[in-house]
Amino acid sequence: MTAPTASQSIPPSSDAASSSASTAAPLRIRAGGRSFLALVLTPEAPLDGWLIALDRQIERSAGFFAGKPIILDLSLAPADDPGLPSFLPALQERGVRVIGIEGADRSESAFAGWDWPEGFIGGRDSAAVDVPDETEEQPPALPPGALVIEQPVRSGQQIVWPEGDVVILGSVASGAEISAGGSIHVYGALRGRAIAGIVGRPDARVFARVMQAELVAIDGFYSVADEFDPELVGKPAQALLEGESLILRPLP
Amino acid sequence: MAQVLVVTSGKGGVGKTTTTAALGAALAKTGKTVAVVDFDVGLRNLDLVMGAERRVVFDLVNVIQGDAKLAQALIKDKRIDTLSLLPASQTRDKDALTSEGVAKVMEELREKFDWVVCDSPAGIERGAQLAMYHADKAVIVTNPEVSSVRDSDRIIGMLDSTTEKAKAGEKVEKNLLLTRYDPARAARGEMLSVDDVLEILSIPLIGIIPESQDVLRASNLGSPVTLAAPESGPARAYFDAARRLSGEKVDITVPTERKGLLDWLFKRGAA
Repeated sequence: MTAPTASQSIPPSSDAASSSASTAAPLRIRAGGRSFLALVLTPEAPLDGWLIALDRQIERSAGFFAGKPIILDLSLAPADDPGLPSFLPALQERGVRVIGIEGADRSESAFAGWDWPEGFIGGRDSAAVDVPDETEEQPPALPPGALVIEQPVRSGQQIVWPEGDVVILGSVASGAEISAGGSIHVYGALRGRAIAGIVGRPDARVFARVMQAELVAIDGFYSVADEFDPELVGKPAQALLEGESLILRPLP
Repeated sequence: MAQVLVVTSGKGGVGKTTTTAALGAALAKTGKTVAVVDFDVGLRNLDLVMGAERRVVFDLVNVIQGDAKLAQALIKDKRIDTLSLLPASQTRDKDALTSEGVAKVMEELREKFDWVVCDSPAGIERGAQLAMYHADKAVIVTNPEVSSVRDSDRIIGMLDSTTEKAKAGEKVEKNLLLTRYDPARAARGEMLSVDDVLEILSIPLIGIIPESQDVLRASNLGSPVTLAAPESGPARAYFDAARRLSGEKVDITVPTERKGLLDWLFKRGAA
């Protein structure tokens, strides 16, 4: 997308009033100065593609072109571009108000259907203007961290947190299921299912103060309660992957 | 040819799951291959009563949604190798069951097993409808109480109208199983009598299961009563019911109050 490269100041609009004061005694015409920044758009071929890019820009910063005077610089648009005859109407459709056209000969056949605006004189270039991108204006969101759950997780409840660790202060009941992108920490009893490392993290672990899980899975490898070392069931324990086998270890 | 049996009741808490486990084990003990299927998605219990809750990895919903193969989800019983369990999901609800999905799973189960015993959820909604839809036979579990009998009547009406067989103009074979029958209360007239229930529901009776601590104990042990206490009154009644379901002719025994007899002997001895 091309940002406008230059601008012109527009003569004050009150100029238009000067002709109406011809019959009466000559009044003094008051004229004040006001300048507007006109954006100069320099479309490039192919014009259809350029319009799509413009639409995207309008989507990102709605209202940026609304009410702004626009100068169209056609020096980079070839006269035989198939999009040219319909180009000005297409701009007007998008609410772009073209007040002047530069860099093209209005006698060309492609411009036959154009409502060619009379330009203004006396413009002066100013610095390039950045079209604001509203989507970028929001402060970047912090990467999500751990999900902390203070209530007990009941049978049938399912917690899914692919963004990171899940910390549960209470217990996880039989028939409940916790899925985490990272590790799972249960400060009560883990009696349900704990599925850690769901986004492909073999180093994720499952910690529980009372390990009575029905099923523990890490990065796709799982083990059911029947396969756990009975010595550790009901004790503070952690589950981790060693190669491709899931093992339980006591918490230090 | 495989038989699909649904254990249903309408009312909750009458003993559907206990019955599914006990009948499933009783049928499997005869050497037939049996799959017990928990249709109570969201409130699964059959895995606990069967003592398989520590071995559940995949469930019915996983199979229906194509996340697991049927063979991966079936859990073979450790006590009887002809008995398998297809558990329900606890974290989903009954909307996860699609009629096409259930049909596909039932077809596959029919190919693999002699008996497919479906444990219906309580109620008359979607879950219960799906559980009964493919049934050839039904066991209607009823307590000798007016509320349970009326709910059973409702379920019998649905078996006659909304199942696959009913839609094909055939009949689902319906069987009544009276559970939690308390001989002492029945003798005092505090419960509906067997005759009252049969008169209202007018379907064949396949067993009367006495209210018993053995049943409760077995459920808490995670073992069907027909395995945990095969000589107990309830277990014998379940074995008889299983034989009747298999087509044998067995007389019904109405449980009598043994304690009354002991009391009588005791009183006579003391006198």
